[in-house]
Amino acid sequence: MADHASQSPDSKYEVVIGLETHVHLRTASKLFSPAPVLYGEEPNHSVHPVCLALPGVLPVLNRHAVELAIRACLATHCTVHERSIFARKNYFYPDLPKGYQISQFEEPLATKGWIEIVIDGADSGESVSEKGDVEPTNKRIRLTRIHMEEDAGKSIHDEGIAGSDATLVDLNRCGVPLVEIVSEPDLRSAAEVSAYLRTLRSLLRYTEVSHADMELGQLRCDVNISLRIRGEQEYGTRTELKNLNSFRFIEEAIEAEVKRQTAILDEGGEILQATLRYDPERRETFVMRLKEDSDDYRYFPDPDLIPLVVSAQEIERIRRQIPELAEQKCERFQSEHGLSEYAATQLTQTRALSDFFEATAVAHGQPKSVANWVLRDVMQATKECDLEIDAIALTPEQLANLIRLVDDGKTTAKSASALLPELVRLGGDPVALVRERGLEAVSDTGVIDQAVADVIAENPENVEKYHQGDEKVINFLMGQVMKKTQGKANPASVREALARVLDQ
Amino acid sequence: MSTAFATIDELRTALDSGKSSVVEIVTDCIERAEASQDSIHAFIGLRAAGAIDDAKRADARRASGEVLSPLDGIPVAIKDNMVQAGEPTTCASRILEGFVSPYTATAVERLERAGAIIIGRTNMDEFAMGSSTEHSHFGPTRNPWDLTRTPGGSSGGSAAAVAAGIVPAALGSDTGGSIRQPAAFCGVVGMKPTYGRVSRWGLVAFASSLDQIGAFARTARDCAEVIEVIAGHDHRDSTSIPAPVPHYAESFHGDLNGVTLGIPTEYFEAEGVDSDVLESVRAAIGQFEKAGAKTVEVSLPHTRYAIATYYLIANAEASSNLARFDGVRYGHRSRDANGLTQMYRKTRSEGFGTEVQRRIVLGTYVLSAGYYDAYYRKAQQVRTLVRSDFERAFETCDALVTPTSPEVAFAFGDKTDDPLTMYLSDIYTASANLAGIPGVSIPCGRVGGLPVGLQLLGKPLDETTPLRVADAYQRATDHHLHHAGSSE
Amino acid sequence: MSHINRSQIDRVAELARLSLSDEEADRLSIELDSFLGYVETLNELNTEGIVPTSHPIPLSTPMRDDLPEPPIDPELAIRNAPESAGSAFVVPKVIDSESL
Ligand SMILES: [Mg+2]
Ligand SMILES: [Zn+2]
Repeated sequence: MADHASQSPDSKYEVVIGLETHVHLRTASKLFSPAPVLYGEEPNHSVHPVCLALPGVLPVLNRHAVELAIRACLATHCTVHERSIFARKNYFYPDLPKGYQISQFEEPLATKGWIEIVIDGADSGESVSEKGDVEPTNKRIRLTRIHMEEDAGKSIHDEGIAGSDATLVDLNRCGVPLVEIVSEPDLRSAAEVSAYLRTLRSLLRYTEVSHADMELGQLRCDVNISLRIRGEQEYGTRTELKNLNSFRFIEEAIEAEVKRQTAILDEGGEILQATLRYDPERRETFVMRLKEDSDDYRYFPDPDLIPLVVSAQEIERIRRQIPELAEQKCERFQSEHGLSEYAATQLTQTRALSDFFEATAVAHGQPKSVANWVLRDVMQATKECDLEIDAIALTPEQLANLIRLVDDGKTTAKSASALLPELVRLGGDPVALVRERGLEAVSDTGVIDQAVADVIAENPENVEKYHQGDEKVINFLMGQVMKKTQGKANPASVREALARVLDQ
Repeated sequence: MSTAFATIDELRTALDSGKSSVVEIVTDCIERAEASQDSIHAFIGLRAAGAIDDAKRADARRASGEVLSPLDGIPVAIKDNMVQAGEPTTCASRILEGFVSPYTATAVERLERAGAIIIGRTNMDEFAMGSSTEHSHFGPTRNPWDLTRTPGGSSGGSAAAVAAGIVPAALGSDTGGSIRQPAAFCGVVGMKPTYGRVSRWGLVAFASSLDQIGAFARTARDCAEVIEVIAGHDHRDSTSIPAPVPHYAESFHGDLNGVTLGIPTEYFEAEGVDSDVLESVRAAIGQFEKAGAKTVEVSLPHTRYAIATYYLIANAEASSNLARFDGVRYGHRSRDANGLTQMYRKTRSEGFGTEVQRRIVLGTYVLSAGYYDAYYRKAQQVRTLVRSDFERAFETCDALVTPTSPEVAFAFGDKTDDPLTMYLSDIYTASANLAGIPGVSIPCGRVGGLPVGLQLLGKPLDETTPLRVADAYQRATDHHLHHAGSSE
Repeated sequence: MSHINRSQIDRVAELARLSLSDEEADRLSIELDSFLGYVETLNELNTEGIVPTSHPIPLSTPMRDDLPEPPIDPELAIRNAPESAGSAFVVPKVIDSESL
């Protein structure tokens, strides 16, 4: 991603990006309606009179949604306000049944926060030019505000389904609770946007604020982009890319928009404030409408809802619920468990993985060894079984026992690893499984000695090399012995027996 | 017995003594309603079959010794802006053409649970926007006292239904006087409780921060009984007040010893007030004093700003509340529209009447970019001043006495040419909605054969004092006993 | 002094999704102008520093537990719709010449 001409450090323009990210909160019911939040239902199968905006219905706020929203604010270092106001944003659209969206405008839930992102040196124009290397750097992205609002329904324009002169309206998504996280224009490239969104997604998942599944539309963003001549302080005129819901489209759309704006500016043209759409097929951005004829949303405090008041104690209570986040956990895994930065980073990708690792490490007692097992063998088996780490049957205790069998020479690493796919799928007692499957390590000196004798007899030239001082040969001979014992021999015993015979 | 013009109290006595059955009462009631439709036109829709079925069940309950509440078996009409499951709701608008509600309003549900029989939906100004019930898609309601005059509005159908002796009680809604003013014009009792006292769940919104459901009846006592049933906290309305509802009649002592009534000077000095109306109100104040009340003069200095404030806020909220009527999920949709935007625009202009469109345009304008601070925000600030006027006044008195309306029922067409004169007739009622305080209108005499209304305003959550004063007055006088067509 | 003109009325009618005839729009601009003139009286009051009242009863908004209720029968959800297909509402497509 480092070599896009439009973003390269020697480009005349600096790219300035701010993001508005919409995130579905993980609630069972909607923000102001008791309808269940369900995904993938038939149209209008998870609605209530409130979602339909029937005459006479009224909104009542979901407490859990408020808690989750506050959790998101606190995890992003925002100041949560004890009093905030729900306002109506008025506009007509078929998927907005009340003719207004309940959102927050003046007096939002929280303001002024930040999240820290890590950018690969290669991806960041600035760090390359300043340092000339590819060291990853940390960057703080400031957040302007976080506010709560309800999602709209869906308009289905697909001609195959709706016909050429009609649009279908499904209100299942209507009223799903959202937080909108608005960043300052602190991002400078598509890669930074990606890093920001990945960090944000990890944070939202760790805190269980949201599943943040982009494919389900649980995380979507609007991207505001402008260019300015490098070194200039004033921002250029910005355009807005609406409702992007995959990392690939976001990066592509930014590239395309930067290219479009660069071409206009290079020709001495003027950027018009506009809302754009990205066409992935043509890899181009298109102006949907200019801001001049922008909507006049006529925001005013929703008279059906009184101000939201959350006490300082309540905010503190929610703060205490916030679990350790990836960043802190990664540092702790290095300092407390002695893991490498690489292993710690890998293990803290998701909260499920880090929890699984840590529980196993506690049960087993040797975190470094457990880290190796988890990152290599368990991940491999999980992938083979097409499962996510939080869906596996293998428990931390079972894994700890399995590793211990290897440590004690009761089975070999190879045998243990071979058992993992089954354990991942079904779970089970490793001790019993090793016994049932005949996977105990062979420590029977008779069997090993016989195998060693056979291998030495079959490989006179290698024995000769050993005696001439090529000690590496012993590894080859060991492999041969292991093969003869179908990998069940205790490697330590084999090495000992081989050395004994060779050094005679 | 004849059940026409009967009070709830009288009907209950007839039921308890076995002189009447609920089916007889309800049948009478529906017959009267039907017979008066051509002349008075109080109803948009009658629930004849459903009401008779409900009446049979009420009789069966009574026969088995089970009586749900003091309202069990009592016929009640509801304003056609409150939904009832399986029944149409129109708000007197073409835009709700064909709409049948799948759910029931809390106030209506509480009446049903109390055993009251909902006999039909009463006429109103479209979306409760008006003071005359002339602005109904289904044609106006006429004042039972004089068919050439309006019954007031917007709850004119409910007021007329009680005044014509069709039902002993009816529900209405009051956003700027829409219960109290028609009660005054029709010579019945009408109360708007404290904002938040009765749930708005299922009340089609006009102006959410002002709307309040209340009741009409022939006596203060009956009115209190209906309010008691429909009031109380409801978790489905975020603006519902979590406070217990008193048994109002317990405080009806007959005398007014210990009660101090405030007389707001501004209300008696306003321009355009009929002097005969003021005289009736003054006579009633004399009666209150005779019953033991003290009176003090108080000042509500921001009264003259209330109408402008009220119309700015009400119409702003209405412009947003009425956005949901878009021809997508229910109601009227224009048949000759090309594309979505045209569908919206034609649907809404065909569906909404002139007055509603006027208010939507005004409300949209005052909220639009560049005008919000000058109009909407300014009005909300003046609202604060109006509220503090009342707070200050209530430091020296327990309730306020005012005329309900500057004049008696006006003739059809009198105010339709200039909307502003219509708006100004809410001068005595709109402030109470801005402040959220309760108010009751009672008949206190007649001018030119037409009833005069007196308004009693109470402190927030204190419906008791206005009702108690009204009850004491009715014990001592007989104005409430006169009705259209009765001999003096 | 004029407070609102015809072109503003047209813009507001578009925002409010109303379709007014010339005659209606002209009449409305006169009526609203007269009302807004009346509203001028509020400017006699100095409201600097006065907290706006958006709600007559000062409370904080209540909250409900996150317990879903069963959804409405989809058949009932669309029963009142002027047009539907399957369980979805049907609206005319946005045509290109329209602004949204
Ligand atoms: Mg946004
Ligand atoms: Zn948003």
